[in-house]
Amino acid sequence: MPLILNQTEKRSRTAPSTTDRAEGSRPEQTSPPGSGQGSGASVLTRRIEEANAAGRVAFIPFITAGFPTPAKFREALRELDEGGADIIEVGVPFSDPVADGPMVQEASRRALAAGVGLRGILEELAEGAAGRKAPLVLMGYYNPFLRYGLERFARDAAAAGVSGCIVPDLPVDEDGPLRAALEAQGTALIPLVGVNTPVERMRAYARRAAGYVYLVSVLGVTGERSAFADELAEAFTRARSVFSLPLAVGFGFSGPAQLEGMPFRPQAVVVGSALLRFLDAGGSAADFMRRCA
Amino acid sequence: MKKGYFGEFGGCFVPELLMPPLLELEQACTDILPDKAFRTELDGLLRGYAGRETPLTLCPTLSRELGFNLYLKREDLLHTGAHKLNNTLGQALLAERMGKSVLAAETGAGQHGVATAAAAARLGLSCVVFMGEEDTRRQAANVMRMRLLGAEVRPVASGTRTLKDAINEALRFWIAEQRTTHYCFGTAAGPHPFPTLVRDLQSVIGEETKVQCRSAFGALPDVVVACVGGGSNAAGMFYPFVADPEADAVRLAGIEAGGTGEPGCYTSAPLNLGSPGVLHGQYSMLLQDADGQILPSHSVSAGLDYPGVGPEHAWFHKTGRVEYHVVVDAEALHAFARLCRSEGIIPALESSHALAWVLENAEALPAGGNVVVSLSGRGDKDMDIIREHMPDLCLPARAAEKEAVQCL
Repeated sequence: MPLILNQTEKRSRTAPSTTDRAEGSRPEQTSPPGSGQGSGASVLTRRIEEANAAGRVAFIPFITAGFPTPAKFREALRELDEGGADIIEVGVPFSDPVADGPMVQEASRRALAAGVGLRGILEELAEGAAGRKAPLVLMGYYNPFLRYGLERFARDAAAAGVSGCIVPDLPVDEDGPLRAALEAQGTALIPLVGVNTPVERMRAYARRAAGYVYLVSVLGVTGERSAFADELAEAFTRARSVFSLPLAVGFGFSGPAQLEGMPFRPQAVVVGSALLRFLDAGGSAADFMRRCA
Repeated sequence: MKKGYFGEFGGCFVPELLMPPLLELEQACTDILPDKAFRTELDGLLRGYAGRETPLTLCPTLSRELGFNLYLKREDLLHTGAHKLNNTLGQALLAERMGKSVLAAETGAGQHGVATAAAAARLGLSCVVFMGEEDTRRQAANVMRMRLLGAEVRPVASGTRTLKDAINEALRFWIAEQRTTHYCFGTAAGPHPFPTLVRDLQSVIGEETKVQCRSAFGALPDVVVACVGGGSNAAGMFYPFVADPEADAVRLAGIEAGGTGEPGCYTSAPLNLGSPGVLHGQYSMLLQDADGQILPSHSVSAGLDYPGVGPEHAWFHKTGRVEYHVVVDAEALHAFARLCRSEGIIPALESSHALAWVLENAEALPAGGNVVVSLSGRGDKDMDIIREHMPDLCLPARAAEKEAVQCL
């Protein structure tokens, strides 16, 4: 299951150089104010570009905060980071996860039952921020952020080392208030587009997009799948023509190996449900990273 | 006002993957709903198939006891037993014109599921109904009715296994099946354009009521009362009054379900006891905890058992045009029993909440005036719940029952 598509360079297991975080020089036509050099948004873009420059598709694991247990989550987060994740998406559990399939639903339910909430997540991420190599993206539904207070959330998230947010129930038509709060901190609001997103709507996202663009690979919810329709390739081509930011594909991937033989090459792949299932079955995040490498 | 908003409430908070079908639906609402041929066909279905118009019934016994004229708008007499069919026939016809072959629906008590299944069968569409596993057990008879009408009922085992989880699952299904499927949402809530679409399709209730009141007593009523869960029968009853400058003096009261009323128990009263937030695509009033997680709701009436409410009601509440009150389970059960015995009408437990508020507040209502209660559904579906609750709460013993009847 090679993660390396070009087979040119072995993925580095050592700590990346300190310059990784320091500055970026990528020209960003679509970047909003506040996402300039050194901002969370530009760090995300740069990490993916660095992986690509090394001949790899950037690997972005997703893990629900507090799953399988709060202690094991802490351990898994550390192992994903040490195992070479380029970016880590941390799920904020919600009672009504409408875009998620059974595995992420179950992870959310159990995390909530264990008392996991946004405040605690931000505190914990802040504690671990110093030693962490991979930038973090928070993925969660709108209401918990809204309830926390958007500006307060943006400040606390930036302080916790969060570089970007994905909010699956916040289309571009409604994202003004959160976007403004995040942009003030240089944090990316990462667009989530689908195989059914027409080019005009992609353009509306592209005007303010930062970090990377998340392309949902199927008309459906999160969860692993064995096959993808031709429409994914078409959507990829459409998105490639609209966005200058890296494209990450997700929803349905169990590992980078699934990209082999596809008629397009994304810059990054997101793997969520397969990782959660692996952890739930008693596997370690370190093993998962090795399997994906 | 921003598109799809009622003041600050409403909007369209859904995954991008649902925006294309919602935009397609919005376009269809603009293009197809006002079309004369569409209206003619819908009116024909409402009259010839559903049984409109529904009567406005004067309650002679209760009116005498209460000191004002109590009228019931009889949506309980609509085909399938509740106001839900007004909406499902309209949406089914719309779906047919949009070229969709499948209707998906959520249901709590099963009334919207049955009404969707009936509309689908009538128009030759397939139907998939999502229903919380818990509710499929509590409302087994309605599950059977849906299946008889040809619908596939999918029990939902996620979350709290009730209405809100059925909505989540229906939305997930719609994401995947949007090309062939119309999501026939059951109440005046959810993402734009559903709150407006469902309100408009249900407004036949209020429009008829106004005409019938003028015919019965030559004026608009003094007070109009309806129960509010998601709020579709109330939206359909109130909106024609809210939108009519001549109806400014009509007092409008929406009644939320307060659950058992015991301290700390879950309720279904987000307007009175909740706070603003986003659920199921809308910014509205919600029952939520300090972390923004949605709380379970509770009511003896499954049709009101929902932690959110339509955004237009949140706006009516905020502007004060409609007053919203809370009635608890026991009051609704008592009102249920009283209507059965006084007027020979078995109301749904949902509608019994609206009636209960009138009975509990009779002294504050205008003596000699005219009060209309939206009787949104009939109570046949509630027999098991009544059997379970009435011995303790309303009709404790045969002797007491006789005494109660003599008192009326």
